[in-house]
Amino acid sequence: MNLTLKIWRQKNAKDTGKIVEYPMTDVSPDMSFLEMLDVLNQDLIDKGEEPVAFDHDCREGICGMCSMFVNGQAHGPDSMVTVCQLHMRSFKDGDTIFIEPWRATAFPVIKDLIVDRSAFDRIQHAGGFISVNTSGNTQDANSIPINKHDADTAFDAATCIGCGACVASCKNSSAMLFVSAKVSQFALLPQGQVEATDRVLNMVQQMDDEGFGNCTNTGACEVECPKGISLENIARMNREYLSASFKG
Amino acid sequence: MALDSKIPQGPLADKWTKHKNDINLVNPANKRLIDIIVVGTGLAGGSAAATLAELGYNVKAFCFQDSPRRAHSIAAQGGINAAKNYQGDGDSTYRLFYDTVKGGDYRSRESNVYRLAEVSANIIDQCVAQGVPFARDYGGLLDNRSFGGVLVSRTFYAKGQTGQQLLLGAYSAMNRQIGRGKIKMHTRHEMLDVVIVDGKARGIIARNLVTGEIERHSAHAVVLGTGGYGNAFYLSTYAMGSNVTAAWKAHKRGAYFANPCYTQIHPTCIPVSGDHQSKLTLMSESLRNDGRIWVPKHLKDVEAIRNGSLKPTELAEEDRDYYLERRYPAFGNLVPRDVASRAAKERCDAGYGVNKTGEAVYLDFAAAFMRYGKEQAHVKGLDENDDTLVRKLGQEIVKNKYGNLFQMYEKIVDQNPYETPMMIYPAVHYTMGGIWVDYNLMTTVPGLYAIGEANFSDHGANRLGASALMQGLADGYFVLPYTIGDYLADDIRTGPISTDSKEFDEAEKNVNETIDKLINNNGSKSVDHFHKQLGKIMWNKCGMARNEKDLKEAITEIAELREEFWKEVKIPGNADEYNEELAKAGRVADFLELGELFAKDALVREESAGGHFRDEYQTPEGEAMRRKEFQFVSAWEFKGEPKDAVLHKEELEYENIKVKERSYK
Repeated sequence: MNLTLKIWRQKNAKDTGKIVEYPMTDVSPDMSFLEMLDVLNQDLIDKGEEPVAFDHDCREGICGMCSMFVNGQAHGPDSMVTVCQLHMRSFKDGDTIFIEPWRATAFPVIKDLIVDRSAFDRIQHAGGFISVNTSGNTQDANSIPINKHDADTAFDAATCIGCGACVASCKNSSAMLFVSAKVSQFALLPQGQVEATDRVLNMVQQMDDEGFGNCTNTGACEVECPKGISLENIARMNREYLSASFKG
Repeated sequence: MALDSKIPQGPLADKWTKHKNDINLVNPANKRLIDIIVVGTGLAGGSAAATLAELGYNVKAFCFQDSPRRAHSIAAQGGINAAKNYQGDGDSTYRLFYDTVKGGDYRSRESNVYRLAEVSANIIDQCVAQGVPFARDYGGLLDNRSFGGVLVSRTFYAKGQTGQQLLLGAYSAMNRQIGRGKIKMHTRHEMLDVVIVDGKARGIIARNLVTGEIERHSAHAVVLGTGGYGNAFYLSTYAMGSNVTAAWKAHKRGAYFANPCYTQIHPTCIPVSGDHQSKLTLMSESLRNDGRIWVPKHLKDVEAIRNGSLKPTELAEEDRDYYLERRYPAFGNLVPRDVASRAAKERCDAGYGVNKTGEAVYLDFAAAFMRYGKEQAHVKGLDENDDTLVRKLGQEIVKNKYGNLFQMYEKIVDQNPYETPMMIYPAVHYTMGGIWVDYNLMTTVPGLYAIGEANFSDHGANRLGASALMQGLADGYFVLPYTIGDYLADDIRTGPISTDSKEFDEAEKNVNETIDKLINNNGSKSVDHFHKQLGKIMWNKCGMARNEKDLKEAITEIAELREEFWKEVKIPGNADEYNEELAKAGRVADFLELGELFAKDALVREESAGGHFRDEYQTPEGEAMRRKEFQFVSAWEFKGEPKDAVLHKEELEYENIKVKERSYK
């Protein structure tokens, strides 16, 4: 099939950037979206032009590196996939496809479609852990049975890949879904209880300091999340935050 | 230099404990005076960085991704082995040790593997304490499953995302130390050289991938947790950025490279769909617990399936060849990976492949749906003879176990694996070979360590499923943090290492020269062009089956390709900016050297063992034929060009396990 790509090109963080149009011919429906961009880049290199820079690594939907807005949707039109798993069969011959980077104050553009998501790491530094040193003497893994439902819900929250689609999709660029997924994972496990108060206060503080917007519960984040992280996590974090504020 | 593996004396089961008691320690006040560089933040590098920082060392960690959480350990699916014997099925440290040595086709180091088995149980305890949400049963205790090559259930898992959960555990431990300032994290940085001062590893040269700046970083010791080199094959299940560069630079600075030809070709990957393919996707081995592998018995049915006139679900049971169950009745679909991969190749080479290109076999869950469904119907008091209901109930159970894998398959192939069997084919997945290390995980360069997949020591010629996660975390959490202290005990009075020295000057100059050469080359062909060419040579001549003629050709062809690369490669843009093509070029340049050593190693190893199969050395039934005279580790010393590399042998002794013909029948 033949397509028209309209891609955001921006040389570096200081450049203003603009949309550039690229025609694409003979695109196979079995290609992944990134493989389609590989073909474009190969063509650009052959013509002596600079290829489009984009983040990608595992190409199997788990590392969270790939990040692009495709026709106004984070990771493109399919649900529950990252853009590396989006395939061209989701498009039709003659389509025009707009490709842009994540847009958020806290995610400045590095080049073309690549943004700086280190704010996410800094939120995790503030409390996204359980303080346990490595030793051969931690208690036996089965010494605290954990209700299967809680363990499964903690797991579901823990499957967040930290891609930033939630922030990019939110009209306020809020990071609540991302932060609440980590807070929830630990809130649901007995091991996470000891530091629960400090964790939620510190992580939320860091989130605010990084310049992410506030949450107005519109739920766009949940809809666009490639891993299906539930809005319930935000409710749980709000509860944790409220009770932590009282204890504070 | 003679290889000294430094294996402690004494009975196998006491070696590690005794060693820990004998080696030197660094007191807490002195640890604050010592810097350690850790390159790579996967399970091995991440867990090592966190643990070393907890101990009090100043850690500088490096990764090329934008966050340490994205290292490719994250993509490991199936699980992690540990000799916990929670299932009471007779597991023990010795059995895990035995299975791993046997699975590795008697080409791994006994003492290292025993230590691995010994610390395996601690890993699970540690991860649970960190909040890793492993799968649990209804009683709230940890669940297990079984993997290839073993007869017990010792694999702990978190759905099909075990690697992700374990890596996020190590990442969280790192985050705690980054927050405390004990780890200085450098993301989007690539290591381009090791700096050796007075014979010791004292730092690295790294490139900031965003600004292009070349940086000097010093430390008292350097640890490489930089993974494997399977991307030499271009198409593999590795991440796009996975590379051999750090390991290869270390090799060029004096670290011996061991067993480069031992590569794991994983049997259950999604088949190649076309020329545009950039990578291959694994379907976890855990699927072989419940999926049955087959091809049609008759060529006419193969024909009909390929042209679409017959659906696989319509083919009668008696017309199917469940070839693993037929050839290996004891282990069936759960034979080790090398055996399963070769068996698939054998059927496809004989013309029984079921996709258009003839390179795919079926992995079928129909029987599992019915088996689980019947059990559910019984539990719920429903009609066990209602096939439609039973199938539906069974599909729910399978969905709970492997839902994300089924979803991934459907997204990529556009077929619903609940309705029609999956198609799979072997793909390059892991490299057992790597930098040679002694019992302390130190390379032949003093102060330079290699951990996880980057080293060679634990998996011999074939790795068993769910053992990579175990080894990465064992090295990083429980082995290196002890053994490195023995070396650093001599460094407590050294003081900070200056980056202002002739050694750093020389290393930085080298790096700059290479980059200048690449960026100003003005050739006519892209980096990917050369990478794909190399991949073709590797897959066709150094792949699942190798022979003398092919390997000799591969050596010549790779050397020619390398020469052409340096003449003709074309890299757009500049060196002082984000430039992925430039980063890729450096990696491919190293693969082009490693590839030749790989083929040379495969040529010298005149036997078949695990993932290394030589056509000339097979039993009458077509199984791998090991040869006693090759019971050694090949450790290669760099001498300028891959063809000039010098072979050193570490003889392997088996005192606690009887070396015999590996049989899974």
